[in-house]
Amino acid sequence: MTAGAALTDLTIAEARDGLREKTFTARELIEAHLAAMEAARGLNAYVTETPERALASAEEADRRIQAGEARPLEGVPLAIKDLFCTDGVMTTAASRILDRFTPPYESTVTRKLWDAGAVMLGKTNLDEFAMGSSNTTSYYGAVENPWRRRGDNRPLVPGGSSGGSAAAVAARLCSGATGTDTGGSIRQPASFCGVVGLKPTYGRCSRWGIVAFASSLDQAGPITRTVRDSAILLTHMAGFDPKDSTSVEREVPDFEAAAGRPVKRLKVGVPKEYRVDGMDPEIEALWQKGIAYLTDAGMEVREISLPHTECALPVYYILAPAEASSNLARYDGVRFGHRAAGGGDLLDMYESTRSEGFGAEVRRRIMIGTYVLSAGYYDAYYLKAQKVRTLIARDFDAAFADVDVVLTPTAPGAAFAIGEKEDDPIAMYLNDVFTVPASLAGLPGISVPAGLDGDGLPLGLQLIGRAFDEETVIAAAAAIEDRAGFDGSPAARAGPGL
Amino acid sequence: MSLDKATVARIAALARIRVPEAELETLAEELSNILGWIEQLDAVDTENVPPMSQAADLKLRWREDVVDDGGIRDKILANAPDPRDGYFTVPKVIE
Repeated sequence: MTAGAALTDLTIAEARDGLREKTFTARELIEAHLAAMEAARGLNAYVTETPERALASAEEADRRIQAGEARPLEGVPLAIKDLFCTDGVMTTAASRILDRFTPPYESTVTRKLWDAGAVMLGKTNLDEFAMGSSNTTSYYGAVENPWRRRGDNRPLVPGGSSGGSAAAVAARLCSGATGTDTGGSIRQPASFCGVVGLKPTYGRCSRWGIVAFASSLDQAGPITRTVRDSAILLTHMAGFDPKDSTSVEREVPDFEAAAGRPVKRLKVGVPKEYRVDGMDPEIEALWQKGIAYLTDAGMEVREISLPHTECALPVYYILAPAEASSNLARYDGVRFGHRAAGGGDLLDMYESTRSEGFGAEVRRRIMIGTYVLSAGYYDAYYLKAQKVRTLIARDFDAAFADVDVVLTPTAPGAAFAIGEKEDDPIAMYLNDVFTVPASLAGLPGISVPAGLDGDGLPLGLQLIGRAFDEETVIAAAAAIEDRAGFDGSPAARAGPGL
Repeated sequence: MSLDKATVARIAALARIRVPEAELETLAEELSNILGWIEQLDAVDTENVPPMSQAADLKLRWREDVVDDGGIRDKILANAPDPRDGYFTVPKVIE
């Protein structure tokens, strides 16, 4: 293994500490990652690489470290999901309709990360407008999962929508990445790529400057290789922002400390409704292992009931498209992004621009959303879904009266091949069956890699916590991580294999 | 709920998305399948249940009614597809 490969293998905590101890320079760390990114372009994890900016930031980081002025994330190389607006750097949402859009402002979350000293390596690929569970709906092409089934070279999906971020973290093309999660878009790709993904409580991270999909559900969060690293990144992403009216005014705890917090005597709930018909026996076995790990850590296990679980996906597929149809009304070819060429009147221009600019899945969801909000159907679909959402949130409230954290599988299976499930939207939607309920209730959830399936692919377990209790979620996830002994080594990664 | 081609054409027009006539049939089928699937919610009793419109229990904040941003016309126009003389442009609307 070369020195470069060793640097790309470092966790965020190790990179941070190594830089401070001057074991290596920020320039060396960044250069190792830029070389890895170039060698791994076949994965299509990045939409835009920003090497010049990264090297300039590395120089600044080295100067500060020498001067004893290092900030908390000084020199740490990160990838940013291309849904976060970055000042002067193209931001696409993986959609043609935002073609060449270059924001003149910085999202609050990325601003906080740069203020803490982190370095941007580039912008990562995603499902168009974060709508998807496979990263195959991107205008910039599918992302390949760095993992392969044993003895099978077919490329697999990284999950979605933060597929580029999860693939980049797994393949060692960054130390950590940002993602966003509306119904599972951080947790499901983390599970598919064998990495950790944390969706914070709704309101914990500012949504300002993040391209909106479904505003009552969207949350930013970290994707990393360890639980501790997710805790470190979240500390520097979270916090009140007056520019987001749903941002919550609350102190940000030291999440890193929670990664080492004892979990003894905490109660973990296992919801019986998540044991769905036809559940993959490997997922069931993984879940049992998770229960055993937490028992070993001293936690007390209780069966709980979340009776409205099976309603969550249909509720989500009314509310998220409804909100998306409103949010995406702004893309009209007038102020930014793509405008269709050709004559015609204003209406022609709108309709041509939007049919050329949006991909099939985005068009489908805008139309579903338009329909459920239209006169005569609003009460039957949208209002009904909002009421069932209340019932789903109440289920969690009742459960958290008895337990401190809930344990479930993250996804119903491992990564599937690119092209599978493409012709059936509902089969694709079912990927999020375990992640959507916590999103609807606004609760924090994490996916932690807990084992491999029979084909050698990673599988994740999900922990869901009380609102604003990310700390318990982090502590319990660390307890699983410590016991699962997951070494996280995909077929394709920086250094060996690439 | 099964959608016919005319309904799909009407939704597309409301959404300002052009759908070619040849694609209406397939789209009607796809959308009908999705709607049929979400209609399982009809079976849930929501009598006296209030609707939930946001995940966090938030009260909107007041702020001073003052200008705190602006004077960035050129930055705002920089991404426009066809800006002219400091303005956005659209196809002619008034004959």
